[in-house]
Amino acid sequence: MLAAASLSTGLREYAQARVSFGGSQQLALSVEEGADVDVIVTADQRTMDGLAAHGRVERPAVVASNTLAIAVAPGNPKGVRGLADLARPDVVVVLAHPSVPAGKYAADVLGRAGVQVHPKSLELDVESAVQKVVLGEADAAIVYATDARARAVGDVAIPSAQNIVTRYVAAVVKTSSHRAAARRYVARLPARLRAAGFSAPDASSDTG
Amino acid sequence: MREGRVSATTAGAGVWVLAAGALVLIGLPLAGLLMRAPWSTLLHDVTAPSALQALRLSLACSLGALALCLVLGVPLAWVLARSSVPGLGLVRAVVLVPMVLPPVVGGAALLFAFGRRGVLPLRLPFTTAGAVVAEAFVALPFLVLATEAGLLGLDRRYEEAARVLGAGPWSRFVHVTLPQVAPAVAAGAALSWARALGEFGATITFAGNLPGRTQTLPLAVYVALQTDRDAALALSVLLLAVSVAVIAGLRGRWTWR
Repeated sequence: MLAAASLSTGLREYAQARVSFGGSQQLALSVEEGADVDVIVTADQRTMDGLAAHGRVERPAVVASNTLAIAVAPGNPKGVRGLADLARPDVVVVLAHPSVPAGKYAADVLGRAGVQVHPKSLELDVESAVQKVVLGEADAAIVYATDARARAVGDVAIPSAQNIVTRYVAAVVKTSSHRAAARRYVARLPARLRAAGFSAPDASSDTG
Repeated sequence: MREGRVSATTAGAGVWVLAAGALVLIGLPLAGLLMRAPWSTLLHDVTAPSALQALRLSLACSLGALALCLVLGVPLAWVLARSSVPGLGLVRAVVLVPMVLPPVVGGAALLFAFGRRGVLPLRLPFTTAGAVVAEAFVALPFLVLATEAGLLGLDRRYEEAARVLGAGPWSRFVHVTLPQVAPAVAAGAALSWARALGEFGATITFAGNLPGRTQTLPLAVYVALQTDRDAALALSVLLLAVSVAVIAGLRGRWTWR
């Protein structure tokens, strides 16, 4: 199974499936190139739609939702309180690259808030962006709320008026040799991810 | 040398089959890349401003890394080959570590050393200098290994003669030792430069990914692979062409016939 990097906090401990995490675009590329996988979970609808349009996957289903938050270094030394602080020149900000869902969402959120940020790096997946904050190289990163809560970092909430709801979409890969088992696995994903702190598939923005 | 070639041509068929296997292992993926490359739009893709920017940065960083390797690596190779300080075996092993270390781990190790909370906080992450250091880290062993081998194979009577004629240590090194060992240094330089040019893992982990500053060609290829596959393949072909040209040029000139 291939899963969006941000799902690692929710799926790593479930041993029934061997999961490889990565940027959604990269996962989609693997499936396009015929990688031997049963299930793919992307962090956005668009990537999955591309796979569905090419006939690579069965009908996709939304399995969880998430919101964004600002991950800050432990103790929040730069006193980041909201998106506007990310424009400060003394705050080192990293974002996910706009080609992966998290980066696109981050750009959307910054756009809605009218904040102009000069990131020091556009990381190749959201996990790497979190990592830069965990290691103390970056002061702040815009990541998924679940990542900000679960990791050894501080998290600053983004008010729901500025925030967006992101949805995880799962589908069984058509070339899978265990399609029945894969379908059962996908059916169980919403409950599992809910237990791991992700929001329900149909959550609206005010839950963030 | 000529005798060696004769015996190779008369060797059993098994040798030829295995040699062909090696060629397939290396050649087939390259052929696959060339077959899938979008030749009609190739020129357009590789001359796009973003591609040229990444290429310029890659050349600058890899040459900077090579310079760093030469300045630091040749003296280290000399120490390894000539001195008899205890613990040299351990030093040699440490120097080779970047060759076997996964580059991403190397990048993390660089952060622990030179990152903001590192042992020696040099403010290198997210800078072009950081990309140069990351590349030098993975490329240095190649230069040291080749140079040390060259030094060990040297006829030391020339240095001895220079000493008798009154040349000081530095003068002997620059005017006698270095010219003799130049082919080995050049071979090592070609290898380490090529390793620096293709560097990905340590760079992304240590220096990050920002166009114009730390996004070298391999990083640009990775990003393009997610958004514009044709552009990614075009950039890959460009990277391939540059490296083959330089390796072929350097090897033909200094090492192999």
